[in-house]
Amino acid sequence: MTDTRPLKPITADARRAEIFRLALGNPKVIAGLVILATLLALGLAAPLLSGHGPSDYVGPRAEPPSADFWFGTTLFGQDVFVQFANGIRSTYVVGLLAGGIGALVGMTVGFVAGYRGGVVDEILSMITNVVLVLPAFAVLIILAAYVGIDSVVHQSVFIGAFSWPWVARAVRAQTFSLRSREFVDLARLTGVRPLTIIRTEIGPNMGSYLLLVFIVLFGGSILTAASLDFLGLGPPGQMSLGLMMNQALQSSALVLGIWWWFLPPGIGIVLIVGALYVTNIGLDDVFNPKLRKM
Amino acid sequence: MGRYFGRKSIVYALTCIVAVTINWLVPRFMPGDPVLQMLISRGPDTNPEQTAVIMDYYNRLFGFDVPLWQQYLNYWGALFKGDLGVSVWLFPTPVADVVLRALPYTLGLLLPAILLSWFLGNKVGAMAARRKWLDNSVLPVGYVLTATPYMWLAILLAWSLGIVAGIFPTAGGYGFDLQPAVSWEFASSLAMHWFLPFLSLFLVAFGGWAIGMRNLVIYELESDYANYLAALGAPPRLIRRYAFRNAILPQVTGLALQLGVLVGGSILTEVVFAYPGLGNLVFQALLHRDFFLLQGVVLFIVIGVLVANFVIDVVYVLVDPRTRAGMQGVSA
Amino acid sequence: MSLQVDGLRVRYRTLRGDVHALDGVTFEVADGEIMGLVGESGCGKTTLAKSLIRLDGRMQYVDGVVELDGVKLPIDDQHAMNRFRFTQISFVPQYAMSALNPIRKIGKMIAELLESRGFDYKSIQPELERRLDLVGLPRDVLRRYPIELSGGMKQRTVVVVSTLLDPSLLVADEATSALDVSNQKAVAETLVEFRDRRFVRSVIVVTHDISLGYQIADTIMVMYAGKQAEKAPAEVIVNSPRHPYTQALMSSLPEVGVRYEDRRLAGIPGSPPPLLNPPSGCRFRDRCPLAFDQCAEEPPFVEIATGHSVACWKAA
Repeated sequence: MTDTRPLKPITADARRAEIFRLALGNPKVIAGLVILATLLALGLAAPLLSGHGPSDYVGPRAEPPSADFWFGTTLFGQDVFVQFANGIRSTYVVGLLAGGIGALVGMTVGFVAGYRGGVVDEILSMITNVVLVLPAFAVLIILAAYVGIDSVVHQSVFIGAFSWPWVARAVRAQTFSLRSREFVDLARLTGVRPLTIIRTEIGPNMGSYLLLVFIVLFGGSILTAASLDFLGLGPPGQMSLGLMMNQALQSSALVLGIWWWFLPPGIGIVLIVGALYVTNIGLDDVFNPKLRKM
Repeated sequence: MGRYFGRKSIVYALTCIVAVTINWLVPRFMPGDPVLQMLISRGPDTNPEQTAVIMDYYNRLFGFDVPLWQQYLNYWGALFKGDLGVSVWLFPTPVADVVLRALPYTLGLLLPAILLSWFLGNKVGAMAARRKWLDNSVLPVGYVLTATPYMWLAILLAWSLGIVAGIFPTAGGYGFDLQPAVSWEFASSLAMHWFLPFLSLFLVAFGGWAIGMRNLVIYELESDYANYLAALGAPPRLIRRYAFRNAILPQVTGLALQLGVLVGGSILTEVVFAYPGLGNLVFQALLHRDFFLLQGVVLFIVIGVLVANFVIDVVYVLVDPRTRAGMQGVSA
Repeated sequence: MSLQVDGLRVRYRTLRGDVHALDGVTFEVADGEIMGLVGESGCGKTTLAKSLIRLDGRMQYVDGVVELDGVKLPIDDQHAMNRFRFTQISFVPQYAMSALNPIRKIGKMIAELLESRGFDYKSIQPELERRLDLVGLPRDVLRRYPIELSGGMKQRTVVVVSTLLDPSLLVADEATSALDVSNQKAVAETLVEFRDRRFVRSVIVVTHDISLGYQIADTIMVMYAGKQAEKAPAEVIVNSPRHPYTQALMSSLPEVGVRYEDRRLAGIPGSPPPLLNPPSGCRFRDRCPLAFDQCAEEPPFVEIATGHSVACWKAA
């Protein structure tokens, strides 16, 4: 028990507004969001940036960054900046989609397992544990190699299908503890349907947690997608940051010293994923306020 | 404890069956004849005799003439005999042989990288939890490292320390001019080629462990038993020791959960350094569309990860006194 | 004179501002006295308990003096306070279920704790075992992990550990609220017995449960919104309280074992004032049926009979 409980009742809306205000006052959240927004803008503007596509041969070969080609050109004379902007774009798409799918599956499995309990829980937990110990990346390689990945959406579905187990576990545990709380009992006694209870009572109480989960999945999916792209298992014809690294490496860009080819894609990924993590920490500070003394 | 192992064993057995079944199922239910496709993709048929032999071999291996359930059982039977088929790329070497030749390189990278990063990451993370100045540097560095794709860090290291500085070689498991032998020259070449891939695997993993441990220790320092000890005037030293001991347990579990990711990281790192381990084998198999080799390597990796997981579970029971004391129904 | 608290003020720092959780509290606990500390959630009773033993990270000492056996306690100095903890002033937390390190055998944990404080476990062990016998715990709990003990056993173990060095003052914070009725009774009786045997000299029992307080406490102090409302012998508080708030509390007293907090206070609408910016004057004024003009001024905490003090203009 703490004595700091607000003594004046606070409405849910006021609380949300307060959290929102605090979030926008948190330097980590701001820094993370600024980086994410800047790169997102670049990705969105990618098709407008120039008249040529990311794989078109437009300039001299292996030219260092210049006023014409901001990030230089590849060994074959492709515009690295255009490739980079397009790569950023598909990075966001895959992160949002795969992260969203993973979060959705994980939450659903976790909610249902935690809420229903019993045999349903046993079965779902078993499935969760199986997928959890399965080395996802190895299985993704097999799937991508045989089934093939023909679009970013397809890739996202594959990645999302293997990233959810830890979410399901955590959500299940939280649902278990929320389930026994008074407000849920009350709703159940008054005959509210289980799905409605999950949506209206349990969901909002875990809202902040689910947002954090989504952000982590977002970042993880980006790394997985880049890894698949790097192995040449990405969607064909789709420029991505992983594919840029693949092509640079295959073309001996390291030995030839074409650093402007292989540095940007990595920096892009580190910036996006890093900014996601920083935002996550900042939001965590806001949601779980604790003036930690050190 | 029996219940604990019982449940775990069921999960592992199920996972193993699922993995093998996926591996069996995927090529069989893909449109087209995978054997033919693969052979076509090898380019112009220069040796019709050999091709016929391969075709025949694989058709027999797939056993298209027997019912599906029997094909499935045969697959398991072959697996238990250690028969992963024959590589197309390196025909007629059995996949199992190719895998076993590459295995020492991958283990030589992975084991030191995993163990050292875990050990040092936990140490540094726990230290960061109590020293503000260290925390201020460990935390950002740790987050940057965990946000770094394995292959990119590998590329960075290969380029900076390998090519620009010229200190380390950047390709292969040992000098191209050398033959494996028990000699100083060979050993030092091996070590030089080993260092950069090791370092890049180590660094990314290290960042993750350090951050994890830092957060866990801080969490433990705010736990009830820590507060109670503080209320009884116990010195911070004792409280920190208890917090560390409690925090290390989830890190052991985390080790099991991270294995798949780390193995994935080693695949990528080996590709960058053309390091002759399993990861590079995966890449070569993909390049040469040698699906039998690919399946064999991946299946080997999956089962290896499961076995390692099981070992870690056993270790967990040994290090967590609560399970060691023989309690029932302790969830891990 | 065992414990003397004079004008103690402690606040919580929160992101919304400072919460004046303890706003000038003055009282004494005599040698041999068991004092019950009651009040609604948020009245400051847990803050008071924590302040006496260890301020947590968000709490900030403002002013006031705490003296134990005539020695001033450095309650705002975590380090200097360590000397007094456990030996002079000790603590039974409400989280006794999780107060013991889960991965240490209980005996080993006690040994490490004692040795870290410079005591020799071997020479204390016989007394420890005697006390375990006394509270009805088998001696082999020392060789067990906390998870192997029931809730009631853990709670009794914690009471034994906390009082092992015969402190002058024991602060028990909701020590029984997590237990079932029979275990509550056992722990309550243990506290009384330990006092009778002089294992502890005085005890402050923070509790939700007035009937429990009445059962074991010699005196009861009622707190409201960060200040004390009334302190008197337990009999007097229960049978003839003078403060309107205490009266409301007593009239809404439910059956034994039911916590009054679970129900709304009968007959007093409203809720306590926010402590972020507490109003001046009597803090119960808005809910008080007897409130009149003078209540805009803060009522002093005055003794109206021997051992009976009240902070109310109407009671004086």
